[in-house]
Amino acid sequence: MSNSFLILLLLTLASCSKKSNVLIIQNKGSDTLVNLAQAWAEEYKNVNQNVALAVSGGGSGTGIAALINGTVDIANSSRAISHEEIADAKKNSGKTVKEFIVGIDALAVFVHPVNPLSGLTIDEVACIYGEGGECTHWNQIRGTVVPGCKDNKIIRVSRQSNSGTYQYFREAILGKKRDLKLGSMDLNGSRESIDLVEKTPCSIGYSGMGYLNPHVKALCLSKGDGPCIAPTTETAISKEYPISRELYMYTAGDPTPEVQAYLDWTQSAMATKITIKAGYVPAGKR
Amino acid sequence: MFHPSLQLLKKEVKENRFKGILSTITFFLFLPALIIIFWLFMKGFPALSIDFLLQDPIEGMTAGGIFPTIVGTFWLVIISVLVSCPLGVLAAIYLSEYAADNKVTRMIRLAILNLAGVPSIVHALFGLGAFVLFMKMGTSILAASFTLAVMNLPVIITSTLESLKAVPHSFREASWNVGASKLQTIRHIVLPNSFPGILTGLVFSVGRSAGETAAILFTGVAFYLPFLPQSVFDQCMALSMHLFTISTQVVGVPDAYPYATALVLILLILSVNSIAVVLRTYFRTKRKW
Amino acid sequence: MEIKVTTETVPLAMEWRKKKGHKPVSEKIIEGFIKLGGFSSIVLIVGILFFILKESFPFLIGAFDFKEFFTSTEWYPASVVKIRYGILALLVGTILVTVISMAIAVPLGLACAFYISEFCSPKVRELYKVLIEFLAAIPSVVWGFIAIMMINPAIIKTFDVPIGLNILNASLILALMSIPLIVSVGEDALRAVPETYREAAEAMGATKWEVATRVLLPAAKNGLMAAALLGVGRALGETMAVLMATGHSIQIPESIFEPGRTLTATIAAELGESPKGGEHYQALFAIGLVLFILSFAVNITADYLIRGRRK
Repeated sequence: MSNSFLILLLLTLASCSKKSNVLIIQNKGSDTLVNLAQAWAEEYKNVNQNVALAVSGGGSGTGIAALINGTVDIANSSRAISHEEIADAKKNSGKTVKEFIVGIDALAVFVHPVNPLSGLTIDEVACIYGEGGECTHWNQIRGTVVPGCKDNKIIRVSRQSNSGTYQYFREAILGKKRDLKLGSMDLNGSRESIDLVEKTPCSIGYSGMGYLNPHVKALCLSKGDGPCIAPTTETAISKEYPISRELYMYTAGDPTPEVQAYLDWTQSAMATKITIKAGYVPAGKR
Repeated sequence: MFHPSLQLLKKEVKENRFKGILSTITFFLFLPALIIIFWLFMKGFPALSIDFLLQDPIEGMTAGGIFPTIVGTFWLVIISVLVSCPLGVLAAIYLSEYAADNKVTRMIRLAILNLAGVPSIVHALFGLGAFVLFMKMGTSILAASFTLAVMNLPVIITSTLESLKAVPHSFREASWNVGASKLQTIRHIVLPNSFPGILTGLVFSVGRSAGETAAILFTGVAFYLPFLPQSVFDQCMALSMHLFTISTQVVGVPDAYPYATALVLILLILSVNSIAVVLRTYFRTKRKW
Repeated sequence: MEIKVTTETVPLAMEWRKKKGHKPVSEKIIEGFIKLGGFSSIVLIVGILFFILKESFPFLIGAFDFKEFFTSTEWYPASVVKIRYGILALLVGTILVTVISMAIAVPLGLACAFYISEFCSPKVRELYKVLIEFLAAIPSVVWGFIAIMMINPAIIKTFDVPIGLNILNASLILALMSIPLIVSVGEDALRAVPETYREAAEAMGATKWEVATRVLLPAAKNGLMAAALLGVGRALGETMAVLMATGHSIQIPESIFEPGRTLTATIAAELGESPKGGEHYQALFAIGLVLFILSFAVNITADYLIRGRRK
């Protein structure tokens, strides 16, 4: 009986090695981009039946690392590729990394609707989230009292330390030389972040603007003495909003015709409609 | 006539009280789990439909169905069973029919126990190191299935071993006495009679493979694929992974969807397990001893 | 069960075969496969240890600092200031969640096993056994989902605490997950006590309760402890459910209502985002090594207890 099992296994493997005639583009990286990339992949199926995109998340770091290793065609990233990574790619494959800006994202900082605050300065956010920051209770921020929040304790909702969102947030709020404080709730994805802040009066969280919903309150942010700017499409384009960033797709060397066709398509009218629906800003408008 | 003394009656009353407490504990221990399942059902049922099962996810996975995940889970289960079943049966045959009672056999048993107890994430690490990287399978259905097969091996070995042991020794002796070799005896007498137990182990491992998430995370499953896997070297989507992503990462999913996905997963596993139970009872009645 | 092939039981034909070496080649090959299969589990367990060591090796001989690794609560592989690899907070998280869930599951589960094995009617017993199999089959990601959607708000409401994703949530879920396992193995252990024990005790006039508590419990003690240890092993190694339920926060929680993080969840959450072969990746494999050693220790103890019972 075990013999026939082994034979079956071999047969299965043998019959499964036929080449598919659909070209697969491997697309991997940022979790911020993954939902947008997935929505694009869904629609692109109807545009070109012979090309299919395999979308995975894993964080911007993973995508770029995979690009350096040569295992993906397009790396999604919510942060700019670093000089070391470009050099590594050149060393490994001899190719120069090509950058494509596919969209714009504003990082929204949000709290529970009962929180009386409507805005924060970048310094105050740094005080809450940064290492060495002393703000652990809401009453330390201009005497705020949050109803329904026991002891006015600030509960920081954050992301995994490798995620592009985390890294961009850290850099935008704290600059290049400071870490975020340990002890925050480092959740897996934006949905978890929003879900948690929705239900927790004490909490504060951040994520891409595209994930906001009416159940959380997005705060406006101000730099120093400047005006408090709210995260909207317009302020993201005009760069008035202090933490807005480009969303990138990287290829190793010049993209193949199929990949180029896809990248061009992401800026088409059909695709930008999807971009806007997902809550991002199309890149072309800058 | 024996009349119970007062002392005995008091004891009985006290003991009945204890029994009552135990039975209440038992009842309330299982109650939360039942309430949870019921709740899942109530919240998930509205989204369940034939369309849900047969359609692809659309609109950024916030609508449509879960068809590719069912297909992916199906592939993972089939291949992992094809790999683990022969190996597990061979190992059980060795332990039951050939192994001597020595230190080596003790080590084998210990190894089986440990394989069963290793955390599933450590299995994933092994799968990553051994199948994805070392054997160069890449992140694929093949690597993920092999990882699942290693996870399920102890289950198959243990249930096969038990059913092999249950075959009366006299059966084997009768076979030897008419001149059959050990192997022939195993093939024609012992194995067929232990078939139900082997089947049970197989079916339970199907349930485990279908529900496993951690082991397939880095070895073969993808967040989204716009196409069904064409070969074992492709990645796939899976029911368990899908439940994880739509409840933690995808925004805008209607409430009922994750519940419905969880429901499909549970119903799948439960129906497979019920088949095992039915088969087990059926074969028990047909047993020749 | 080993079949001792002695000269009394070997029929003439077999003896002839052995002596004259008349085993056909095909039989030899198949028996070779069987032997291979038998050793496969040892090969696999050694293989697991080998590959985990292989992938974590550069870290272990390089950036790994024993004192920092085990005594620092700061797990910060992606720091821009100073990369730190301290797993104390994660270790405490794993231990807290395991201890609390077992404190709930073991006494209740064993009491349950006791009741099902000795006191309830056969029909009710069958019902409970079906229920146990049913519950044991629920995958951990579904339990994690339940932890987020149902236990989370329940904890917030009942205890009036700010968040429901915390140590308590993870412990409750783990308890719910382990109870079927503990009940089932414990019931097996009790059933394995020979009937003669019960009969002898009853013949001396003991009531059913006395038989159960004074005779069976001590007799099945080892098997029951093994059941508890298997539950511990399960709780220690659980990944998806605790990933979703603990709140995933790197700190030593000050109360069970605060979030924490476990070793298993750290690997699951961070491995996907670490470039393969990088230092963070290797450090995660090192955590895998710690987990492997912990589960190995628990399993060896359980095995020792089960074997002790054989005497």
